Amino acid sequence: MTTARSKGAIIGIGELRPQRRTEGVTTLEMLARVSAAAVADAGIEPYEIDGLLVGPQVGETPQHVPATIAEYLGLKPAMGNVVDLGGASGAGMVWRAAAAIQAGMCETVLCVLGNARDDNPPRSPNRNPIREFDVPFGASGANISYALFMQAHMARFGSAAEDFAAIAAWARHNAQFNPDAIFHGKPASVAEVLASPMVASPLHLYEIVMPVAGAEAVIVTSVKRARERGQRLVHILGAGEKITHRAASQAPDLTSGPLKQAMASAFAQSGTSAQDMNLLSLYDCYTIMVALTIEDAGLCGPGQFGAWLRGRDLSFSGDTPLNTHGGQIGFGQPDLAGGMTHIVEAVRQLRGSAAGRQIANPQLALVTGNGATVSEATALVLGAD
Amino acid sequence: MDLDLLKTPGPTVTALTAPFWAAAREGRLVIQHCEDCGSAVFYPRPICPHCWSERLVWKDASGRGRLKSFSIVHKPGHPGWLPIAPYAVGIVEIEEGPAMLSFILREPGEDLAIGTAVEMVPTRIGGQTLPAFRQKQSQERA
Repeated sequence: MTTARSKGAIIGIGELRPQRRTEGVTTLEMLARVSAAAVADAGIEPYEIDGLLVGPQVGETPQHVPATIAEYLGLKPAMGNVVDLGGASGAGMVWRAAAAIQAGMCETVLCVLGNARDDNPPRSPNRNPIREFDVPFGASGANISYALFMQAHMARFGSAAEDFAAIAAWARHNAQFNPDAIFHGKPASVAEVLASPMVASPLHLYEIVMPVAGAEAVIVTSVKRARERGQRLVHILGAGEKITHRAASQAPDLTSGPLKQAMASAFAQSGTSAQDMNLLSLYDCYTIMVALTIEDAGLCGPGQFGAWLRGRDLSFSGDTPLNTHGGQIGFGQPDLAGGMTHIVEAVRQLRGSAAGRQIANPQLALVTGNGATVSEATALVLGAD
Repeated sequence: MDLDLLKTPGPTVTALTAPFWAAAREGRLVIQHCEDCGSAVFYPRPICPHCWSERLVWKDASGRGRLKSFSIVHKPGHPGWLPIAPYAVGIVEIEEGPAMLSFILREPGEDLAIGTAVEMVPTRIGGQTLPAFRQKQSQERA
């Protein structure tokens, strides 16, 4: 593997253990704790952070989010921005950080996402086409949207409920090797996934992420600076992004998504292909999302993910390690930070520091992010140093 | 339970979208057409999403279409729908081209199938007349 194409270095990661409830804790507090963990992991001082990328949803802080967080953390960044790509925000932050560094705007960027969780989350009034043209007909929330994609896949390709359930069963299996995962100690077989309550056909409860509180952070700097400081680094070798729609009803295709183009760009930039990857860290809000991503990556043909999965071992010690932290289906989904769990895990694996679940030969990892309803897509190819 | 008695959230009508909902109240489905590029446009917009022309005019749609996907909703995302769950929603590709999300009416025991021809049926839902759809063969049976 070559790092000649490296456009940046991930030198620090932070992660808070997912929790179902965080009564009395603010999102800002969680962001501060996870940022401190990432700074400590990177072995840098807080004042070295001169770039800040944050998410749009900070509960109590609907506007001026970068300034609010920078002030709270005592940072005075030369670059601050909100990345608003739903579950693709984390991956979207990483290449934006590298680009801002290459543009000379800053040297070291904190990318941070997180959310507290109590029984009364603040909700903003919605005035958008989905609220006006989907909600009055009975379609509220993401579950129904992903069910529409899944039903279309089953109808077009004859993919079976068991094929999708296998993805959830592997996620639960992999969560058994991650003590922090919300489903640690709670594996689920294919039969148990299929026996879980139907939420919106054909989606069963265990095929859907569980919402949790949590926070994740990543620190990006230049390769030059990381080398000068002698830091452990993971290279950002390629990135791609694509946005095609917002509502499921307006999707140009119900059996393929924008990750197809995003991943193709990331592979082209890095001079790699899906088959070269030693770790697949694929955004998994629902089982259908992983199925679409396996096919869109070119790991198998359209409609073939079920056959591709059969006979494979997706665990850390298997032939095709996929979401070794349990994925969000096994780990829990801390809102937008859920997408960043795929980056944090890939960095752990590529550093060789994934205690208790280290993959063999950690050279290249594909990380995907997905936002809204198969709408916003970001792909990263990360490489070991 | 009668769909009309549901306490479900109705549309958030704006001046731009008012003609769509006014027609819906009369049992008609109207969509915009672009006089420059000829595209049919749904949902309503101030400019054509294909050529950005402002020359959009309202025309009656045939009300015919095809079921592009569907889901039987057991756990509704809004509590107003609980009294009738499980119920069906679907993406309908209307004959003019655009796709729209809608409520899918079903006869007892009727299965839905992707690709099936569907037809618009003005339906009272939550105190308003909305353009719902149903599969054509079920209409013939009825």
